[in-house]
Amino acid sequence: MQSFDYAATHSLSEAATMLAQDGKSVQVLAGGTDLIVQLREGRRQVALVVDIKAIPEVNQLSYDPIQGLHIGAAVPCYKICQHQRIAAAYPGLIDAISLIGGTQIQGRATVGGNLCNASPAADTIPALIVHRATCLIFGPLGLREAPVETFCTAPGQTILAAGEFLVTLRIPAPPPGFGAHYQRFIPRNEMDIAVTGAAAAVVLNDKRTHFISARIALSAVAPVPLYVPEAGEWLAGREIHLENLRQAAEIARAAAQPIDDMRGTATQRKQLAAVLTRRALEKAVERARTQEAKP
Amino acid sequence: MEFLCEANQSLLEILRMELGLTGTKEACNNGNCGACNVIMDGVLVNSCLVLAVEAEGKSITTIEGIALPGGLHPLQRSFLEHAALQCGICTPGFIVSAKVLLDHTPDPSEDQVRRWMAGNLCRCTGYDKIVRAVLAAAQVMHAMPEQER
Repeated sequence: MQSFDYAATHSLSEAATMLAQDGKSVQVLAGGTDLIVQLREGRRQVALVVDIKAIPEVNQLSYDPIQGLHIGAAVPCYKICQHQRIAAAYPGLIDAISLIGGTQIQGRATVGGNLCNASPAADTIPALIVHRATCLIFGPLGLREAPVETFCTAPGQTILAAGEFLVTLRIPAPPPGFGAHYQRFIPRNEMDIAVTGAAAAVVLNDKRTHFISARIALSAVAPVPLYVPEAGEWLAGREIHLENLRQAAEIARAAAQPIDDMRGTATQRKQLAAVLTRRALEKAVERARTQEAKP
Repeated sequence: MEFLCEANQSLLEILRMELGLTGTKEACNNGNCGACNVIMDGVLVNSCLVLAVEAEGKSITTIEGIALPGGLHPLQRSFLEHAALQCGICTPGFIVSAKVLLDHTPDPSEDQVRRWMAGNLCRCTGYDKIVRAVLAAAQVMHAMPEQER
């Protein structure tokens, strides 16, 4: 593997200073399940790796029904999946988080890293988008926020400027009538990268007969995780009816711009976008309908 | 244990090359196959994806630490009895992986075993005997006093 220096930091400002060093290629290390592979394969060149795992703020994992959910950038996936109250309140997020890799990867990989790696096929990002997640970013100019759907700008590229890094993801508390789900198509049963994935979140009326609102996002069908606002907006006010779900799925299919690659053809991905959107909506509706008031 | 290392050396590399603990195997070296599995502070990880420097202060269990004072661990015995290995290169990883599963899920279903070990690949056996061996070991361990597992 290429030579690089390693530094473990203990504070946000120390990390920002290290990351902003001129003329040096510096990279954040959290779980390392993407970065170490990339360094070993020469797909990234770094002079310095900055390990953020000792910074308290990036290890936060907390939920309450008012403040919502805070996931620190360095929290490993297994900790989130094992947190009973979070898993009960956000099954649509856990769908996606628990899919990353297998048991061993879950022991190290982080949602923050999945986002910052900015793969078009990232599983957690569509789920974060439909849950209205906000990114808390720290850098030389202090803290700033950005909606998660703006975070990725191109494959492997993000809005992070020199010296900036992700600190926390903030997800609002689910309102009454909320339900969400993420599912993907892969060749095996586990471990693969998504051929296509779809996340859906819905808010239903009191009688659970109509959509108040919906959000739909897709993975692996565009250069970045694809938020499809027009599909969700079309459902607002409409009756929960298979034909309406199918129509929203067609809007999602139309928005998808996949490529042919070794995991699938563009044609297959367009088809999957529609089918998976419809299935994700069905499951999200089912969850919204069976949702109980949570403490 | 103490060691010196470069920043770019993985825990796997140090275990095998510096510490002489060659039970942990290098196969894919990119986090897909599980041959390099170790337990770090109670968590199953791919040691090829942990920098050696990240192991500072951590408790690491390798395949060398699985056998019991009196002899083989029930998982090791079960793998032998059920012919759950051929070339054996994946076996340390499978045993370490299975041990973590059985330590917190003492009575797993077949589906749970298969899903848990999805990150452990075997080229030789076709997996079925491995799964049977893990399920059989779970039964044996169930009958043992807790301190002896």
